[in-house]
Amino acid sequence: MARMTGRRLLFAVPVLLAVTFAVFAVADASPFDPVKAYAGTAGLTASQENLDQLRANLGVDQPLAVRWWERITGALTGDLGHSAVMRQPVADVIAERIGWSVLLAALAFAAAVLAGTALGVLAARRRGSLLDRAVTSLAYTLEAAPIFWLGLLAVWFFALQLGWLPAGGLTDTGSSTVTAGQLTTHLILPAGVLAASQLPWFALYVRQGVGDALDEDPVRGARARGLSERTVLLGHALRSGLLPVLTLIGSRVPELITGALLVETVFSWPGIAAATVQAATAVDFPLLAATTVLATAAVLLGNLFADLLYGLADPRVGFDG
Amino acid sequence: MTSRTDRRPVRLAGTLAATAALTVVTASCSAPGGGTESKGPAAGTAVVGIAYEPDSLSPLLGYGKDGNSKIFDGLLTHDEKLDLKPALATALPEISEDGRTYTFQLREGVTFTDGKPFTARDVVFTYETILDPNTNNASRTELDALDRVEAEGDHTVVFHLKYPYAPFAERTVLPIAPAHIAGEQDVNSGDFTTKPVGTGPYELVSWSKGEKLTFKANPDYWGGAPKIKNFTMAIIKDDDVRATRLRSGDLDGAILPPNLARAFKGEGDETYAAKSFDYRVVTLPTGDKVTGDTDIRRALDLAVDREAMVDSILDGAGKPAYGPVPTDSPWFTQGTERAHDLDAAAGILDKAGWKKGKDGVRAKDGVRAAFPLWYLSGDKLRQDHALAYASDAKKLGVEIEVQAGTWEVIQPRMSKDAVLAGGGSPADPDFDQYTLLKSSLAGDGFNNMAHYDNPAVDKALEKGRRSGDHAERQAAYDTVQRELVKNPGYTFLTHIDHVYVVDDRFGPLTTQVEPHDHGLASGPWWNIEDWKPAT
Repeated sequence: MARMTGRRLLFAVPVLLAVTFAVFAVADASPFDPVKAYAGTAGLTASQENLDQLRANLGVDQPLAVRWWERITGALTGDLGHSAVMRQPVADVIAERIGWSVLLAALAFAAAVLAGTALGVLAARRRGSLLDRAVTSLAYTLEAAPIFWLGLLAVWFFALQLGWLPAGGLTDTGSSTVTAGQLTTHLILPAGVLAASQLPWFALYVRQGVGDALDEDPVRGARARGLSERTVLLGHALRSGLLPVLTLIGSRVPELITGALLVETVFSWPGIAAATVQAATAVDFPLLAATTVLATAAVLLGNLFADLLYGLADPRVGFDG
Repeated sequence: MTSRTDRRPVRLAGTLAATAALTVVTASCSAPGGGTESKGPAAGTAVVGIAYEPDSLSPLLGYGKDGNSKIFDGLLTHDEKLDLKPALATALPEISEDGRTYTFQLREGVTFTDGKPFTARDVVFTYETILDPNTNNASRTELDALDRVEAEGDHTVVFHLKYPYAPFAERTVLPIAPAHIAGEQDVNSGDFTTKPVGTGPYELVSWSKGEKLTFKANPDYWGGAPKIKNFTMAIIKDDDVRATRLRSGDLDGAILPPNLARAFKGEGDETYAAKSFDYRVVTLPTGDKVTGDTDIRRALDLAVDREAMVDSILDGAGKPAYGPVPTDSPWFTQGTERAHDLDAAAGILDKAGWKKGKDGVRAKDGVRAAFPLWYLSGDKLRQDHALAYASDAKKLGVEIEVQAGTWEVIQPRMSKDAVLAGGGSPADPDFDQYTLLKSSLAGDGFNNMAHYDNPAVDKALEKGRRSGDHAERQAAYDTVQRELVKNPGYTFLTHIDHVYVVDDRFGPLTTQVEPHDHGLASGPWWNIEDWKPAT
């Protein structure tokens, strides 16, 4: 187990290097111009000399490989560089925002796992029943729905039509302090939408796993011995039926990150994912590099976590062979 | 594993589900919007919705360069009529005989909100930092005339210009930053860009990027403590969302498109249509055989139905534009208005030998009267103008293909293809006309996009910016406007009003004449420090 973890961590280094370089190359090839993004409306009245000077100051006149190497070596010495689009050090951008993203993602993820598992178990108990059909079709619908569309729909319905929940942001418009009550109301929609987008996977997997387990011999035997349905379900079926969920938890991280990118943008949530979108459209290399590394690391850790959990939960599975 | 632990997940889930359900129920009882209804509007609080967010709050990087920055003061400021009046200076500057030296006396006893005094050192620091090529300020060109700044003691500042520049005093509305804070850090990325400290009527409380800026009144403001104690600017890019939040009571005021603003008539809200210098224009590049042809240019100028554009696109909130100067400005040259006259336009082209072909499009010497017209994708107002222009041109026998693109796509084509552009700066005619029409600036960034080249205009522009005599300047800009009738290198379409809706509990408000940029400075809250809300 320790060996597997060590091997994975070593493997992470070339992956991170390759991913950051690829992101740099794609951003560099994109039609967006970092200087125009930086200058904004003032750029439309600036002289060419002024714009050229900006290009040199921002260091975007350097070749791609040079810029990438500078960022990587800078990061190793603890200097994450300056974000052009945010006008502040990258380290500050991350420190200010990552907490809000973690809060949103963790809450959404927990809700998705719990609700998905509950729905999956309910559906598995009576396969083919009305409830099962309802859960399954809901899951397929949610899976097919693009998350930004879900987000806009939620804003339109809960915020604009009913006026129950705020349409976005972290706090009420007129207040400048973050209070627990305001934070809760502002969290419900984005976390709910993010959870809804993740939920189908868990619901369908659990339904399948628990359903199969209910058909297995030990369960049939237990039922035949007259054990209560509850004992059968919780003691036997859930234990083997929830194994797939464990592996799923880690491997859903990439989906969760892409979901967060869109949800944070739709709901003006001041998290790191929203900053990533801004960094990408403004071709802000230093910030882009940092957020890319964070996202890649999260995905790699998620996979490692999934394999470790599975290995622990099911002794028949070894660690990396 | 015992059955007790096995049961836990399900029970836990149940508890969580119940908690979540409870949270939803309680949350829906204390909904936002209910917040303002339950306690009544707070007298000293104003929340406004705007569509624009500054990139930085540092004057050194260009924030507040046109005044009204709220956090800072300039040496001078504009009143409602856009006349200059002293702010951090005690009076308007003394200008030397040759127009190249401006001397300001500074107000004494003014402090920054951290308690440190404001002196001539801060003024010198601010201007020198902006002029420094290592400062990433995209508006540095606006101070092109400035050679150096020097302090004479603590309360006198002298500006030395490279050449006589009549409107220089207008530039000194730009905000002054504290040398003892901003001078101690990296100008491009230090804390000061997001946590500014100034001498102005308001202090920044917090800035949640992409969401809102929150200000509180500066009780020690040299101009007197503002009555509005808390001021929030919510950044809402979508017009419909902004209108909805205004209706729900979440906002006290907002900028809105005219058609959405109409719905707020007589609901305890007041609608303000701010006049502006904000024009929409079609660039006709000199480098193209069709758009560079003077007869085509003049014909299009007459064929376009400006009144119809104002009525249909702007819902009446605007006026026809015949040049960069709006018809109601004192700088406007009477008699340069052009009536919509399709027959006269067709006559010009017939006489010049642009004959209609089988497809209804005119041609001359094998060149078809056809060209593409680009507009910034996603900008509905520009799209509407471009389509209206193309349909007016079609009646004349000129084929215009309207296309959308980002600036990255449009920029390389500007020397050949027409672009639906916008601009306008009310403080001085030199500010927008020089960069729009000066031939030496053709192809320089986004300046003189049409590559307009007219020696008479060039001469008048130079005269207008150097002469210190108002009558001489007026004559120079009259020349420019008359030349634009003879050879319109641009088709000016409309000047658009900026429409705002504000809760009437703030009493009657005013608006300034506004520029093209929708900065934080625009809107009825240009002078929020002077508002007297009904308590």
